[in-house]
Amino acid sequence: MTDFKAWEGFEGRIWKLEVNVRDFIQKNYTPYDGDSSFLEGPTEATDKLWGRLSELQKEERANGGVLDMETEKVATLTAYGPGYIDESLKDLEKVVGLQTDKPLKRAFMPFGGINMAMKACETNGYTPNPELGKIFTEYCRTHNQAVFDVYTPEMRAARSNKIITGLPDAYGRGRIVGDYRRVALYGIDFLIAEKQKDMVACGESSMRDSVIRAREEVAMQIKALKDMKVMAASYGYDISQPATNAQEAVQWLYFGYLAAIKTQNGAAMSVGRVSTFLDIYIKRDMDAGILTEKDAQELIDHFVMKLRMVKFARTPEYNQLFTGDPVWATLEVGGIGMDGRSMVTKTDYRFLRTLENMGPAPEPNLTILYSSALPENFKKYTSEISIRTSSVQYENDDVMKPIWGDDYSICCCVSATQTGKEMQFFGARANLAKCLLYAINGGVDAKTLKQVGPAYKPITSEYLDYDEVIEKYVAMMEWLAKLYVHTLNAIHYMHDKYYYEAAEMALIDTEVKRSFATGIAGFSHVVDSLSAIKYAKVKVIRDEETGVAKHFEIEGEFPKYGNDDDRADDIAIWLLRTFMEKIKKHHTYRESEPSTSILTITSNVVYGKATADMPNGRKAGEPLSPGANPAYGAEQNGLLASLNSVAKLPYHWALDGISNTQTINPDALGRDEAEQTEKLVQILDGYFDQGAHHVNINVFGKDKLIDAMEHPEKEEYANFTIRVSGYAVKFIDLTKEQQLDVIARTCHDRL
Amino acid sequence: MTLLHVLAMTDCKKGLVHAHETFGAVDGPGVRYVVFLQGCAMRCKYCHNPETWAENGGEWKAELWAVKELFDKVYRYKNYWGKNLEKGGVTVSGGEPLLQMEFVTEFFKLAKAKGVHTTLDTSGQPFKNDAAYIEKLDELLKYTDLVMLDMKAFDEELHKDLTGCENKNILEFAKHVSASGTAMWIRRVLVPGVTDSEEDLTKTAEFIKTLDTVEKVEVLPYHTLGLFKWKKLNLPYPLDGVRSPSKEEVEKAEKLLGIK
Repeated sequence: MTDFKAWEGFEGRIWKLEVNVRDFIQKNYTPYDGDSSFLEGPTEATDKLWGRLSELQKEERANGGVLDMETEKVATLTAYGPGYIDESLKDLEKVVGLQTDKPLKRAFMPFGGINMAMKACETNGYTPNPELGKIFTEYCRTHNQAVFDVYTPEMRAARSNKIITGLPDAYGRGRIVGDYRRVALYGIDFLIAEKQKDMVACGESSMRDSVIRAREEVAMQIKALKDMKVMAASYGYDISQPATNAQEAVQWLYFGYLAAIKTQNGAAMSVGRVSTFLDIYIKRDMDAGILTEKDAQELIDHFVMKLRMVKFARTPEYNQLFTGDPVWATLEVGGIGMDGRSMVTKTDYRFLRTLENMGPAPEPNLTILYSSALPENFKKYTSEISIRTSSVQYENDDVMKPIWGDDYSICCCVSATQTGKEMQFFGARANLAKCLLYAINGGVDAKTLKQVGPAYKPITSEYLDYDEVIEKYVAMMEWLAKLYVHTLNAIHYMHDKYYYEAAEMALIDTEVKRSFATGIAGFSHVVDSLSAIKYAKVKVIRDEETGVAKHFEIEGEFPKYGNDDDRADDIAIWLLRTFMEKIKKHHTYRESEPSTSILTITSNVVYGKATADMPNGRKAGEPLSPGANPAYGAEQNGLLASLNSVAKLPYHWALDGISNTQTINPDALGRDEAEQTEKLVQILDGYFDQGAHHVNINVFGKDKLIDAMEHPEKEEYANFTIRVSGYAVKFIDLTKEQQLDVIARTCHDRL
Repeated sequence: MTLLHVLAMTDCKKGLVHAHETFGAVDGPGVRYVVFLQGCAMRCKYCHNPETWAENGGEWKAELWAVKELFDKVYRYKNYWGKNLEKGGVTVSGGEPLLQMEFVTEFFKLAKAKGVHTTLDTSGQPFKNDAAYIEKLDELLKYTDLVMLDMKAFDEELHKDLTGCENKNILEFAKHVSASGTAMWIRRVLVPGVTDSEEDLTKTAEFIKTLDTVEKVEVLPYHTLGLFKWKKLNLPYPLDGVRSPSKEEVEKAEKLLGIK
């Protein structure tokens, strides 16, 4: 059994025999159920560094959203020497390491696609060295090139007509969470040794293509581990051995994460579940009298400051889909262990505290793994933080734990993954609202008038008949699900081949589980449309020339999703189940486990633009409602009725997540903060006890949004953060359209 | 004869419901499911729900609900009321819920059978000091945990001017609820220049002191958020131009009412 001096004072055996961070945590952590009064404010160093970083962020915004970009060098683990927030303040940084040599400077990452990398520079006013373009076009293939080589005409049509949108075919796919804690607990040399053992065991019996690929991948992982040591050494740290104290633990862990964000520009680059792990180190140092609470908070503040600095070079098209420069540096706190002990530690509080010490911020994407059985004090503090900052999201530990255990991370906005044991193939959303229109129009796109889907017989009756619509819709969904899975298979095959995540996979077990996550857009509009067809009368107005259904007239009332009315909600459940069943029918790449999500990010606005009039009365071009949210204006019975509708969707049919975003006026929540806090806890308890999966909570009034839209220059709005579907964003960074969309959404308010 | 009269005579198991609010945070203790019943005899100048006045439902659509179905719907929200239903419950408001007293009684019976906290949010205006009425009221109070009584004004003339109704019977109602032992919250809408005179507030406070079961007195600052409804109903708004009270004015009123 290996035993390091660095492990002195730690309990347990199994985690010393193998890489097993969960076992280490379970044997060593100390639950905390006290209140937040022990927390400390920012230190002088924190104020100075954060002050400097705030200036840089201001410059970045004044510069049109980008402060600096690389134009000469290709990003690798070791492409850059050390970089600091400010050279003159570098001694104050308790946690060091930047993606490039300068703060907020965006690296050049061509492996996902050279066109996107070049365009990202050019559209921001930078000129990349033409040699780079030549290398990655003439000598070297990229993920993007390869995917487009194998796309079928049908896939291209689905893509350009936007029935499948947001395919990761030109940049990193993201969503892979390395177990960055391993760097701290074991040191790199131990991890290399373990990978070398895997290498020896791999391929002894037969040299088939899967084995050859596995050997190549492990070899790349080992190289990445070695490069991590070089990267850390440039900052003066030797991470070959385990971390010996709390500061090193945070620093080693961050180096692991830094390796990922230096080499991959995935849409989502999560940090994972690190708070309980780090608390063990902090507590050990505090018990030994070598760390104070102020020191501990400073350490977490500085770590979080780094997570607020993660940047990637993006194109304007990308920014329209995922606005506000999100990176989904998702980081979880809370949760309850398999043995029933709360996993809340003082460090879970310390992470939340960063939102007060350095003000609200969209990153890291702080996520509370919620259960009504969490300590009351912790529920109260999270609720206070929500009310004060609108910067955190909640996910139901009670529904995720049975599936993912008690050491899962959130790998994107809301999707769970077992830390260090699993990776995910994800991409895009199927626009099920458009699919319904395809069913009515026989595969013709009502916006582009092209035959995109199969030329099934269109519906020709004046009034829509529910049974006929369902029959045709199911057939069209069958086509869409198949095409969607096939497209993702092609993308992930090529991503593995041309843009393999060696640094992240090096921190994941070699025997890795793979999940395959699809997504749904337009959910509530389909539900309400089907409800209108079933319970009211929907007349079709067709274009005289083309015969395509352009408008719909509704006669009579119909139940709408979002009112806790089973008539509508049962359609929602049917829709989810039907789509998921269709996805499951198809082969998914590398024997991955299929799942789906109802989750749209800010892309609901772009999806809406590509979607024509719907039978529920939604007009062409209007934004789709985000995630699993009810349609605009559909909710007539207040917040809890809306929550109850969403809570009815069974999580295990959408294991990739069911996202819900709610905005509550503080006055409607209670008269003072104490009352508001208590009521928010009641809302969360009631919602999650019914098996709901996720909710974003915003607490502010419409007035504030309108004022922030009109006066973005006001100091108070510089960091005004709001939760949108699946992440948080600075409100003033949203496009005007998206701002209006956020304002238009139901703000739960009452007279 | 209005629909409410017909219902009262024929079927106490059906009620005319104006609207539902599943999340009421300021309508009684904890998180409340608020049922707004249709119909009110008062014509308060500052009413923010004038669409609930018409006893037939008016142009705003009101729905007939069977008591059992209504309770089943409400009871779906028990998860939000605390593990032992100690942090919330149901509030029946209006309009004026006492116009459908028998229906509310039947409704509260179902609620109490399941241990749900019941709050009656009333103006007390329909109260009649006769034996038959009081018998029915006492039956309702048996199943009522809390009465939230809105006392618009103490002075009779002022009250009449403000609401179109006298308040003698409302004061009697308050005394009766107190005598029955039912807990009470008294609320007062504070309209600058109308209901904020020192004299009237002091008299109100003195009256409240004579009641035994008052647990809380609240000042509700007047607001104009319901103004658009008057416009929608094509009604002239009698308090046009009147502003909301300042924080200081609210605090002063609270002092006079003996709250702080």
